[in-house]
Amino acid sequence: MEIPYTVSTRPDTGLWNAKVGIWLFLASEVMLFGGLFSAYIFLRLDAEPGMWPHGLLNVPVGTMNTAILIASSVTVVLAWASLKMRRFSAYWWYMTITILCGVIFLVVKLAYEWPQKFDHFGAFIKKEALEKYEPYLGNHHLEEKGLPPRREISGHLHNHEAMHDPNVKEFEVALDPVNADPTNPANDRPHFFYRQPTDKIAKIEKEDVEYFSMFEPRHSAYFASYFTITGLHGLHVLGGVLVFIYFWLPVGSKLYKTNPEHLANRVEVVGLFWHFVDLVWIFVFPLFYLL
Amino acid sequence: MIGIQYGLCGLTFLFFGFSLMMLMRWQLAFPGQALPVIGNALGHFFGPGSMPDGKMTPEFYNSLGAMHGTIMIFLGIVPVAFAAFGNFVVPLQIGAPDMTFPKINAASFWAFGVGGVIMLTSFFVPGGAAKGGWTSYTPLAVVADKGAAFHPFFNGQTLWLVGFIFLITSSLLGAINFITTIIQLRAKGLTWMRLPFFVWSQFVTAFLLVLAFPPLESAIIMQIMDRTADTSFFMPAGMIVNGAPLHISGGGSPLLWQHLFWFLGHPEVYVLILPAFGIVAEILANNSRKPLWGYKSLVFSVLVIGFLSFIVWAHHMWLTGMGSTVSAFFQTTTLLISIPSVIILSAFFISLWGGSIRFNVPMLFATAFLPMFGIGGLTGIPLAFNSADLYLHDTYYIIAHFHYIVAPGTIFALFAGIYYWFPKATGRSMSEFWGKVHFWPSLICMNVIFLPMFLQGMLGMHRRWYDGGQGWSVAGDHTVWGQTGFQWNWWISSAAWIMGLAQIPFIINFFWSIRHGKKTKENPWDATTLEWTSPSPPPHGNFLTPPVAYRGPYEYSLPGRDGDFTMQDEPVQATERLRKPEPEPVHV
Repeated sequence: MEIPYTVSTRPDTGLWNAKVGIWLFLASEVMLFGGLFSAYIFLRLDAEPGMWPHGLLNVPVGTMNTAILIASSVTVVLAWASLKMRRFSAYWWYMTITILCGVIFLVVKLAYEWPQKFDHFGAFIKKEALEKYEPYLGNHHLEEKGLPPRREISGHLHNHEAMHDPNVKEFEVALDPVNADPTNPANDRPHFFYRQPTDKIAKIEKEDVEYFSMFEPRHSAYFASYFTITGLHGLHVLGGVLVFIYFWLPVGSKLYKTNPEHLANRVEVVGLFWHFVDLVWIFVFPLFYLL
Repeated sequence: MIGIQYGLCGLTFLFFGFSLMMLMRWQLAFPGQALPVIGNALGHFFGPGSMPDGKMTPEFYNSLGAMHGTIMIFLGIVPVAFAAFGNFVVPLQIGAPDMTFPKINAASFWAFGVGGVIMLTSFFVPGGAAKGGWTSYTPLAVVADKGAAFHPFFNGQTLWLVGFIFLITSSLLGAINFITTIIQLRAKGLTWMRLPFFVWSQFVTAFLLVLAFPPLESAIIMQIMDRTADTSFFMPAGMIVNGAPLHISGGGSPLLWQHLFWFLGHPEVYVLILPAFGIVAEILANNSRKPLWGYKSLVFSVLVIGFLSFIVWAHHMWLTGMGSTVSAFFQTTTLLISIPSVIILSAFFISLWGGSIRFNVPMLFATAFLPMFGIGGLTGIPLAFNSADLYLHDTYYIIAHFHYIVAPGTIFALFAGIYYWFPKATGRSMSEFWGKVHFWPSLICMNVIFLPMFLQGMLGMHRRWYDGGQGWSVAGDHTVWGQTGFQWNWWISSAAWIMGLAQIPFIINFFWSIRHGKKTKENPWDATTLEWTSPSPPPHGNFLTPPVAYRGPYEYSLPGRDGDFTMQDEPVQATERLRKPEPEPVHV
C-alpha cells in the first residue's frame, strides 16, 4: 500500500505530509537557534563593562549579504511559482539565481569576513595596568563623558612569535584607529565602515596583558557567539544550497516529467527551509552587526 | 520493522547500562576491594586506568556513573519506549500503512546507531569514557579529559558530546515522523477522541522531543567549542586548574549550561514516562475487560503535562542561588504539574474498579507499575520545595526518587509492552511461566534496591561518591535491623546482582519464543484496538485492507453485544444500546 497524502492533501487537515514535517522541523530549528541566541543575550547582559566589543563587524558588507539572502528568498518563491504554472525553464533560471546568491553569501563570509577577523589581534589590559596604557585607551576622556571604559588594545600584530615564545616579552601592534587616537570624539561610538589599522605602533608588555588572542572564537564571549552562530547558520545555508543544486540538476528535476506537482511540493518544502535560514540571518544581522 | 530494530538495539543497550551499574554496586558495597573472578579481566578490557588489579579507580567509577545514566536514558529507554514501541504500534493502532517518512525514519535509526557506537567507543580511548556525570556540568566538563594523557579530540568527554549530537538528531527526526503520521495517516473514522491513549501519549512525547531537544543541542555545540576551540561560553574568568591559570577569555557562565541542559532535561523525564503511561493504559483496559475510566481527563492531562513540562526545569537547580522570585515561580509550576500526573494515575486505578481482572504477565507488570510509579511520583513532592531540596539535593534520596519512576516504573511498563505485543510482532507468544519467573524477583529486588536509598539520602549520603558513603558522618550512627546506612549497600548491591540474574529468563524466553513459542491467533488477548486486526507479524503495508474505525478504542463489555469485547473496526449495529434505555412507562 502506498503512503497517501504525499502529493494530494488530506481532506480534514488540508495538508500534505511533507508540509507538516517541514514546519515541525522548522519549529525544532527555532528552538536550536533560540538556544544560541538566548546564550548570546545572557552572556552580553552579564558582561563586565568594557569587555564586550562593539563595532568590529563590517556593516556595509553585512547589509549586502542580507540583501543577497532576501533576494534569494524571493527568487526561490518565483521558482516554486513557475513550477506550479508548469513553466520549467523559468523555474530553472530562478533556481540558478537562488543558488548563486547562496554561494555568494557563503564566499563573502568564509573568504572575506572571517579571515579578516582571524588576522586581527587584541589584548585585554589588566586592571592595574590601565593607567600605563592610557595613551592608547583614553579612559579618562570616556569617564568624563559617562561612557564605559576601554579594556582592549587591538590592531595588526607584527611579531606573531610573541604569541608562543616565552622569551619575547612584548607585543608589537599596529594600532586600530580607535586605539591610535582614543580621545578623539569621533572614536567614541563604533563606526559603520571598516577602517584599516593605522601605522602607529604600540609596544605592549606581556605582563600587563590579562588575555590576548587573535579575533577568533576564543577571543571573547562575543566572538565565541559570533563565530558559533554564523558558523551554524553558514552550515544551514550550505545545506540549503546543496539541496537546491540537487533539484536544479537533472537528477532532481527529472521528477517534473512524471509528477510535476510532487516536484513543486518538494521545492516548496526547501523554500520554506530557505526562508527560515533567511529569517535567522535577519536576527543575526542586527544583533551582531548593528547593536 | 524499524521498531523491532530499535527495540533489539535499545534492549541491548539497556542491559549494558544495567551491567555498568552492577559494576558500580561492587564498589559501593566493597569499596577499594578487588572484584573477584572477573575484576582483572575487566581491568584489561576497559584499559589501564579502570581497574588495576581488579580494584576500581575513582575516575572509572565516575565514568561508570556518567555512562550508566546516559546509556540507560538515551540509548535504552528513549529508543525502546518511544522509537521501538512507537514505530511498531502507532501505525498499526491508527490503521496506517507505514510512517509518513520511511527514509527519514531510516536516517534516524542510523544516526542512533552512530551515536551509540561513539558512546561505546569512548570507553576505549585513552582516559576512558566521560566522567562529568550524565549532566556534564561545566566547568568540570570543559576541563576534564584534557592534558598530556588525553587526545585533544578523541577523549571520552568530547566523544560524549559528539555522540549526543547524533542521538539528538535521531530523536528529532523520529519525532517529526511520529507527529506527521498521527496527524495525516489516521484511518477513516478514527477521529482524535477515538485514538487509543497510547497514541496520544506518543503524540505528546514527540512534541516534547521536537521542542525540548534543540536547546540542549545548541548547548552541546557550545560545550564542544569550549573544549576544542577554547571559547568561554560556560567558563568564568580567573579559573585555575592544577595550579596554573587557564588561558581563556572567561566571561562565560556555568549557570547558562545548567539552564540550557535542564530545559531539555525536564521534558526528557516526561519523554521517559509518557509512553509508559500509554502502554499501561492499553494493558489495564484489556485485562480488566472494561473501558479506561476518564478518557477525556487522561487526554487533557497528558496535554497539560506536555505544556507544563517546559516551565518547570529550574527545580533541578534549587541550589544555584537563583533568587526567591524565580524559585517561587518554578515551585508553583512544579507543584501544578503533579496534578495531571495524579489524575492519570488515579484514572488508571479507577479503571480497575469493577473489572474482570485477569493476571497474565503483561497485567502483572502493568499493575505493579501503578504503586511503583506512585512511590516515585509522591517522593518527588518534597523535592518541589527548594527548602526541602536544600537538604536532599544530590543525595541518594534523589536517586531513589527518579529510579522508582524509571526502573520499576517505565521499565516495567516496557516489559509489559514486550510481553503484550510480542504475539503481534512474531505470531507466537512468550512463555507465561517464565514471564512470572522474570516478574516476581524483579519486583522484589527493585524495592530492596531503591527503598533503602530513600533513608540513606535522608541520612545525608551523597550521590556520585566513590566510597559508598563511608565518608559521611552518620554512616555508623544509625542502624536499621542492626545494619548501618553504609552496610545497607551490601543488601542493595546483592539485590542488584540477583535482579541481573532475574533478567536471564526474560532474555532466553524472548529469543526462544521467536522461533519456538506457541503460535497464537491474530488477537490472542481479545483486544479491541486496530493493531489486532492485522496479520501477525504485519506484512509490508501493515494491513491487508485499509481499516475503518466506527467506535472508540476500549469497547469492552459493551451491553447488547455478544462477547466481552468489540473491535474498533466493527460497524455499529442497530441492536446496540448506545444510549441509556428508555425508562419504564409509569402505569397510572
